[in-house]
Amino acid sequence: MVSFYLFGAIAVLASLLVIGQRNPIYSVLLLIASFGALSGLYVLLQAPFVAVIQIIVYAGAIMVLFLFVVMLLNAPREATEYDERVHPLLRPGPMRFGAVLAVTLIVELWWALTKGRETGEFAAARVDSVGALGRLLFTDYSFPFEVTSVLILVAMVGAVVLARRERS
Amino acid sequence: MTGLLVAQIVLTLFVFFMLLNSAAVMVYVERKVAAMIQQRLGPYLVGPKGLLQPLADIVKLMFKEELRPGAADAFLFALAPIISAACAFAAFAVVPFGAETTLFGLLDEPLRLQVADVNVAVLVVFAVASMSVYGIVLAGWSSNSKYSLLGGLRSSAQMISYELSYGLALASVLLLGQSLSLTDIVNAQAGAWWGVLPRWFIFLQPIGFLIYLTAGVAETNRAPFDFPEAEQELVAGYHTEYSSMSFAMFFLAEYVNMVTVSAVATDLFLGGWHGPLLPESLGWIWFLIKVGAILFFYVWMRWTLPRYRYDQLMKFGWKVLLPVAVVNLLVTAAGVLYFGA
Repeated sequence: MVSFYLFGAIAVLASLLVIGQRNPIYSVLLLIASFGALSGLYVLLQAPFVAVIQIIVYAGAIMVLFLFVVMLLNAPREATEYDERVHPLLRPGPMRFGAVLAVTLIVELWWALTKGRETGEFAAARVDSVGALGRLLFTDYSFPFEVTSVLILVAMVGAVVLARRERS
Repeated sequence: MTGLLVAQIVLTLFVFFMLLNSAAVMVYVERKVAAMIQQRLGPYLVGPKGLLQPLADIVKLMFKEELRPGAADAFLFALAPIISAACAFAAFAVVPFGAETTLFGLLDEPLRLQVADVNVAVLVVFAVASMSVYGIVLAGWSSNSKYSLLGGLRSSAQMISYELSYGLALASVLLLGQSLSLTDIVNAQAGAWWGVLPRWFIFLQPIGFLIYLTAGVAETNRAPFDFPEAEQELVAGYHTEYSSMSFAMFFLAEYVNMVTVSAVATDLFLGGWHGPLLPESLGWIWFLIKVGAILFFYVWMRWTLPRYRYDQLMKFGWKVLLPVAVVNLLVTAAGVLYFGA
């Protein structure tokens, strides 16, 4: 129980600090710390495989690319084009949208924490062994699995289209 | 129970100490072998046959001045070598290097010659390897020097490219061993075919072994893949601005990483501590011999092959090594399905 609160506190604190940093490199590193703590939580849930995959995929692969991009852009400080004293909800376009999303997230989290309850639905299907996890993923959960891969494909195609230079 | 606990703690400290020592020994071996290959004498002044040269090196490094560029990011500059060294040691924690032993009857329960028996050991090795890139990347960025930054960027590109082949080579062994635990994989290689040929996975996975070794060299940034520190182009790459003990930590990390890659290769492909002639309790001698052979191969390769060009490295990683690794994995999977494990 002590380790649960320890890892939980690290995860929450690091995640909060991610958005509190001006230097994007530190944001990336704090996000990695948050992922590490999350991986610790998976170990406590008797799912070492998921914990290690969390490190390999998120902390090891995806965040390296993040760091790579941040370093290549070489933007040590975020440039702010707006007046920082203005309330986020009153700032121009995209920032107002972001603030609305943040408020929605807080409401949803509050709802989930107070109104939600433990269903115990997943307790029956133990996923401690790799074989069991693979079987579940490719049989019972194959539809969400495939949908997620299509979603990632869409994001990739979108990035390629956005980054491609128009040929004149 | 307490006896086992004490033995476990002593074992952990012993492994740590031996890994530190292995780096010193490797420095000496590297210089002597390099000298032999180049028909020189190598270190011979400090101690008999230059055997105390590593100690002299360490003393020199300790008494050097610790320098930091004025424009460097102080916190990350200090953190980077720590990450490198910590990752190098962490990976060895899950590597088994001998059969269970009671230390000649000293203990009631058998002790595993392994710091931590994790049931996903292979993936832990892979995860730690993927984390070690941060040490190099952060060192490159925080030094605020163009050579360091280029070295760091090259290193991350290289490690990301070769990690895929590395992972696929591991996966084909996992299929044969039917387990993610290194101990189980080693035990699956006990015995011999027709009483002669040891049941090592290298004979079932010769291509997988070559892919693993190649990717392992790239992962540890050794010649002919030592781009992050290509002297002629980048002065010293990511550790250009480091001096004294923080430089020593990168140096240490490189050699410990080599030992870890060799030890994992021994467990995965060369049957770990299994071998003819010696009894099971002395298996660690076989383990040391095999690791030593791979390490010698590493050194030998460094002084034989010139460094590739950067585009050749990328082309080789993505267009040769990765497809071969994928085909190897598919053939292995089909073989396991057809013949059984």
